[in-house]
Formats: sequence, structure tokens, C-alpha cells
Amino acid sequence: MNAILSHKISRRAVLRGTGALVLSFSLSPQAWTQEGGSQAARPAPGPKLPGSLSRSPLLDAWIRIDADGRVTAFTGKVELGQGIKTALLQVVAEELEVPFEQVSLVTADTSRTADEGYTAGSHSVQDSGTALRNAAAQVREILIAEAARRLKAPGDQLHAAAGAVIGPNQARITYAELVSANLLHVEAQPVSKLKDATAFKVMDRSVQRIDIPAKVTGGAAYVQDMRLPGMLHARVVRPPSYGARLVQLDQGSIEKMTGVVKVLRDGNFLAVVAYREFQAVKAMRALSLAARWEERAALPTQARLHEALLALPAQDQEIFDKHESGGQPSKTLEATYTRPYLSHGSVGPSCAVAHLTEGVMTIWTHTQGVYPDRQAIAEMLRMPPDKVRCIHVEGSGCYGHNGADDAAADAALIASSLPDRPIRLQWMREQEHGWEPFGPAMIAKARASLDAAGRIVDWDYGVWSNTHSMRPGPAGALLAAQHMERSFPIPEPKPIPQPEGGGDRNSIPLYVLPSAKVTHHFLSDMPVRVSALRSLGAHMNVFAIESFMDELALAAGSDPVAFRLTHLDDPRARDVVTAAADEFRWAARPAPAGGHGCGFAFARYKNLAAYCAVAMQVRVDRETGRTRVLRVAAAVDTGQVINPDGVRNQIEGAILQSLSWSAFESVSFDATRITSIDWATYPVLRFSSVPESVTVRILDRPGTPFLGCGEAGHGPASAALANAVANATGKRVRDLPLNAAHVKAAIGI
Amino acid sequence: MIELKVNGRSHSVSADPDTPLLYVLRDDLQLNAAKFGCGLGQCGSCTVLVDGAPTLSCVTPIMLLEGRQITTLEGLGTLEDPGPLQRAFIEEQAAQCGYCIPGMMMRAQALLERNPHASDAEIRAQLEPNLCRCGTHMRILQAVRRAATLMAGPGPSPGTVVTHAPSAAGPQVDSSDAEADAREDARSRPAHSERRERPER
Repeated sequence: MNAILSHKISRRAVLRGTGALVLSFSLSPQAWTQEGGSQAARPAPGPKLPGSLSRSPLLDAWIRIDADGRVTAFTGKVELGQGIKTALLQVVAEELEVPFEQVSLVTADTSRTADEGYTAGSHSVQDSGTALRNAAAQVREILIAEAARRLKAPGDQLHAAAGAVIGPNQARITYAELVSANLLHVEAQPVSKLKDATAFKVMDRSVQRIDIPAKVTGGAAYVQDMRLPGMLHARVVRPPSYGARLVQLDQGSIEKMTGVVKVLRDGNFLAVVAYREFQAVKAMRALSLAARWEERAALPTQARLHEALLALPAQDQEIFDKHESGGQPSKTLEATYTRPYLSHGSVGPSCAVAHLTEGVMTIWTHTQGVYPDRQAIAEMLRMPPDKVRCIHVEGSGCYGHNGADDAAADAALIASSLPDRPIRLQWMREQEHGWEPFGPAMIAKARASLDAAGRIVDWDYGVWSNTHSMRPGPAGALLAAQHMERSFPIPEPKPIPQPEGGGDRNSIPLYVLPSAKVTHHFLSDMPVRVSALRSLGAHMNVFAIESFMDELALAAGSDPVAFRLTHLDDPRARDVVTAAADEFRWAARPAPAGGHGCGFAFARYKNLAAYCAVAMQVRVDRETGRTRVLRVAAAVDTGQVINPDGVRNQIEGAILQSLSWSAFESVSFDATRITSIDWATYPVLRFSSVPESVTVRILDRPGTPFLGCGEAGHGPASAALANAVANATGKRVRDLPLNAAHVKAAIGI
Repeated sequence: MIELKVNGRSHSVSADPDTPLLYVLRDDLQLNAAKFGCGLGQCGSCTVLVDGAPTLSCVTPIMLLEGRQITTLEGLGTLEDPGPLQRAFIEEQAAQCGYCIPGMMMRAQALLERNPHASDAEIRAQLEPNLCRCGTHMRILQAVRRAATLMAGPGPSPGTVVTHAPSAAGPQVDSSDAEADAREDARSRPAHSERRERPER
């Protein structure tokens, strides 16, 4: 323990010692797309810099080398359990030619790292990985040039290895000796001397994740594990339903409860603060009983949810329109698919620690975006943004915009009323389930014709959806800001533009179609609180498109894999489809009998990130409708791989998570309240439904650009499940989830 | 004051007797592993062992636990000297966010102590109450199978409880030091057998 502690102290001291390099970061979150993308227009002089270097071009904003040779890398992205810390460290160690263990990483912190927007949309490796890779390569070349100057040798006679530059006659100067105050305080160049993939020693290797040992031995690993001196525990009491108004409160008795420090009421925002955590929980329960609310019955009828959504005013956007001559249509198919609202359902409820001291509000949060959160919380507290600091600390997996930002705002609002006392705020299970912004319910309608040869000749697809991002930036995105007396209005929802898209993400098929039209029917009225859930609209659109492709293949009398290949000309897409079919032994799959069936699906995430194909075998119990997934085989092309086991972990996770969404999950509500408020009312996948095997084959693409893979598996897994169930039963289920009730209803026995 | 025996050590605890064990472990004893997930006994994130039996610490008040042997994940080994189950989870890289993992491990530990040769069906049945939302299930199963093998092999017996002082964890402002240590220990070797193909083009 002592050794670890001294390590921490020395590292902090070192970081303080390099304080001469004062870095400032631009504050323009609106320049970022809502899902973390870097393609948003930003006026930048000169040629475009690689990845997030375009946002923050100074090399020492990304990489610093201390006098003792220790390398610190900085990223504006955050660890969400996707293994990004380890992958980014591999990138830096590789290009900088330093041993992996000599590099440490600082993740998103508004005082220390670049503004990389949100950690979302499978962008981290593409944006931050690309920036760090190029920065590391450029730092390496600067160090080589400096060594060449000192050794008076031509640069091409020098090379970097193990944290030093080696020159003629074995002359060796360490990075620590080479680096001086401002050597790295220079702007990045558009082109870097990147290492060839054949020379990789750390990248493209399955390095063990650096965060796992602490997580499996009880180390402090999460914001939930923070304990600051003098810290108090807080709980909020949320209204019972959207728009509820607090009309009566008897808080006197609660203030007298053991351990209670404060009862805070600010409009419809209610919180308690106590010395001990369970004292806060008990006071929260008492406060909840002491509050009387006026509620509105404003939610749609759940049984007719999709009709209600289709009846809402829609802003129609034709996002794809192509007319080329094809064959004569001989057969036309039409189908409608639906998805319910889905909960992120983080296994650990959201948590944050906030501390107002000396006029500065510091918030430790598991948000996906420290800068947008800072902006929103500063606005809510009516403080200047430079007096608010947001530091990312890991939480439970979030899978998009869950309660993290709201919990950060809750903690900050409470801490602002108790200066100099660190406040730890944690949500209860029913608060996370009841108040998180859900993944939107959606409807997709598809229509297509086949010619006599079984080729698709026309395609018409429409998707109806709310926005898939109501993330902070504006204060009104935060529950506390909506509930406080001087409240902030909920921001106007906006669609996320193509090519990434929100509700329309992956709604344009990658298939070659002579004539096709795709329409995004954007619904701005939001009866239920919604925002980003991992993969956004791609989960539903790939479910719908790939289900429909299967229906078309059946109508054409074609094998589902062959039918897809007939309509694909992108060679990498074809390779992934072929590899998944091979991994699954598709050609030798069992014939549908005895409740067994096999399904296949494919997509390229966002049509611009990783390619992923999934094949699945299921067994359906005809009596109960219960579906058991037996085996899954997937193939993925994610460009240059940094950590193969990390990629495999992400794809396996995406498949299992999608199986849970697609076979079990549905947010429930009555006319007034969300009624799925715990794990009993919101069933999810458990071990008894976990497949017997899941295999992932990674296609090797050395030297190609990084393609994000974190969300590539969700859509294909859901459609492969639906297609396998259809293959097993001869009946098509078009309404998610494919739970026992829906499957049994389709079988009709 | 209530006397609690946690990981082989006695602690006098001043919390109210109705306080669930989870809050005492986390806040009074500063043990991080058991996690708050639901407070309802529905998800298993808070699982610890009481006299060897998996117990949901979020709904078990401390007044029921005097004189009982409580074991948390911290009792199975340390960062420096991880126990077989911990080694297995590291070797299989069986975590994404990792929040549910300590609860999974404690439930698995209870099974393997009772039956080191547990079948796949028995492992699944044992873990059925515990929820994972990242979709790490395949690796969790694999890690428990590997742990069974490690426990059957030479070395400390599966039930060995390693005692150590509770960590006085401070805020993790920097990237965690446990991670720095882990990084120094990380090997550039595959965690899994590699199966990759390079298409000819």
C-alpha cells in the first residue's frame, strides 16, 4: 500500500512540476456533433489535422514527457468499460517508442485535457486514437531531430527505441535528456511519419486491460468509491412522474431525523443530506412520504404506443433518393417493424461527487462529456464556466445518455448550498429506471420489389423516431435544472444530421439497389424522456432492414447469405459476410426442424465505421414461445486493430446486450407514470438465456484507418435473432422485443 | 456497537443496527468491492459471503450478522497477490465496466468452495440471480471455469481467506495507481488464442 501511495504522490508532484506549460482549450461544444463526432465543421486555418488534433493542435496537450522520462498522455475521451484507456496507451507506446508500462493516461478533465466532446458513437479510437497516434509520431520525430542537432548527425542515421534516440556509434540520448520546457509546445502537422503496421510491437496485440486488476480485487475504481475528507451523503427525491408539481411538503420532521444535515427544496427539486449514507436513504424515504405532488396523465396508451407516435406531427426529411433503371418488378413486399422504449438500465445507479470551495465547483462524474456537462452545470448554477471543473471518474457502464449527467447536476446543486462540504450523491434504483432518458421507441416501414430473377429493383423505407440526443450542453437538458424554482426549459430536440444520423442512423442500406428512397420522419414531440442509447437508431434500422432482407430472400427463394452477397459490392462488406458465414459453418447449418432455426444479418455501423456480420442458431419452444440462443458466430472488420481481445470483448458484449434488448426489454408506463422501475418490472437477459457459444472472427486490415467497433454488433445481433426465430417457426415477428409472448402470438398456438 | 467479522478481522461498528451490511462495508470499513446496484436484492452487485453462503448485503441489516463470518471480494486476494478466482477473471479479461463483477465472483466463489468440479449448467444456475448489463456473460462463465481449474491445481486451497488492512482509498483524481501497477505487470501476450485472417487483396 505504501509503495502505491508514494507512487501517486510522486506522479502528482511531477505533473505539478510541468505546470509551466499552460494549456487552454477552446470552448465551443456546439462545434461537436451530439454523438462525439469530429466531422462537424470548425473553422480551422490550414490543412485538416488528423483526428481530434484538429480540435486541439498543440502536441503537449496530448503528450508530455517529464524530466524522469515518464510519459503522460492526455485524452478527452473516457473509460466506459470499453477498454479505451488500454487501447490509447498502446497507441502512444507504439508510435512514441516507449515501453507500455512507462506511459500513463489522464482522461477527460476540463482542467487538463482537450475538449473531445462526448465519448460516444464508437468515435474514441477514430478521434482520440488517431490524434494520439499522430501526436506520438510527431513527438518522436521532434525528439529525433533534437538528438540529431545535439549529436551533429543527420536525422536519417538516428532512430528511436525504448524511450531514447539511438545515433551513430551507439550514441544514446534518453527522451528525458532531450525534452526541454517548450520542445513539445508546438502545433501538430497535418502529416505524420507513422510506423508501418509490420513493425508494431504493442499495437495489434491483446494487451491485458489496465483497469481490470483493481476492479476484481476491490480497488477504488469508480466514482462510487470516492471518499473525500468531510464528505456528506445526499439523496434526491424525484417527482413521481414527468411534469409533477410539488404542492405540499412537511419537511420539519425530516430535518430532525438522526444524522440529517439539510433538507433542500428548490421548486420541484428535493434532496436530503446526511452524515451517513443510510441516514440519507432513510431521510429520503421519509421526505418522499412527506411530499404531495400534483400529477398529469399525459402519457400515451402503451398498448397503442406506435399508433400514437405515428399520429404525432412529423418533420419529413428525404435522406436518400436514387433512381436508376433496374429489372421489372414481379413481386412486392411490405412490412412494418417496431421497437419499444429501451432503458439503459446501468447496473449501478448514477453517482457523482461535488465540492464547492473557494468559489470553484468541482464535480467528479461518470458523464460521457465533461465539457458539455460543465457548460450545462455552469449555466444551471449561474456560474462562469471557468469556475466549474468536471473530472471524469468511471461509473457503472452507461451505454449512452443515462442518469450520469443528471446525477452530476444534482450533486452540484446540492453542493452549491453547502459550500466547503464534498457531497456524494447516488441515485436509487427506481430513480435510475424511472428518470433516465430512454432509447426512443421507433417505427420502420419498408417496401421493396423483386424482379423475376430475385433481385431487388426498388426500395422505399421510412423511419419514425424522436431525437436520439437530448444530451447536456444547454442546462435545460438536466433534470435538476428542469425541476428547480428558476427552471430552465427543455431544449428543442434536433435530429442528428447524416451521414451519422440519429433515428435515421443506418437507415440507408449498404446494398446496391437500382432505385431507393429513405425518409426520416422526425418526431419532435417527446411524450417520454428520451436520448442517446448505444448505437442510436442503428439498432432498430438494422433490425428492420436486415429482417426485411430476410423476408425478401425467402420470397426470392434465395439463401439469406447468398441474397445479401448478390446485393453487396463493397469488398470489405462481402468479406465480413463471407467470414461470418464461414465461422458459423452456414453452409452446413442444420435444417429448420424441432424448433431449431438459423439467422444471419449484416451492417456497417453508420455506413462508415466497423463492418459486422452475425449468424445465430436458436431453439424455439413452440408451447411457450421462449427462444434460446444456442450459438453465435460473428465477423468484424474494424480497420487497423489496436487490441484484438478488446475488439472481441466489445463485439461479444454488443451481441449479448443486443440479445437482452431484442428478446426481453421494454419500458412500461401507465397514463401518468413510468412503471418499469426495477429489475422485476424491467426483465433483462440472465445467464439461463446466455448462448452456449459466441465466437468472433476479426478480419485483419493492417495499416488502414481505425474504424469504431463499440456499437457495430447491436443491429446485426437483433436481426440475426429475428431471422433465426423466423427460420425456426416459419413466422415473422416484427415487433421488438422477441419475448416469449410475442413469439407465441406469432406462432399462434 | 456491533461487532462484525469481515475477512477474518473483527470490527466494532457504530452504525444503526438496521443499516444494511453494504453501507457498513463501503462507508465504515472502506471496502470497495461490494456495490450498490438496486437496494432491493434483485441484481446481485452487493453479494458477499456470510458463513460461506452468498448473501445480498444491500438488504441484510447488520444486527443479523454478529458473530458470523463475512467475506468480501477483498478477502479472496489482493492486487499484489490475487487469489485464483481473481487471477482467472484477469486472465480471461472478464470485465467490461466491471461493476457487477465482484458480486458475480462472490457467488461463484460460494459454488466453487462447495463444488470445485461444478458443471457449466451448475455455474449458470448459480449466477442466474446476478445481472450484467455490458454483456460480459461469456467471459464470466469462462473465468469461473478457469478458476475451478486453478483451484483444483497446486497452491492455496480455494477457501483460503487472505486478510489485509482495509484500503484507505482517496479520490481517484489521477488515473488509478492500481492501474499503473497493473500496467507494469501487463504482458504483451494474447489473453485468448488468436484467430484472425488476412483477406488476400
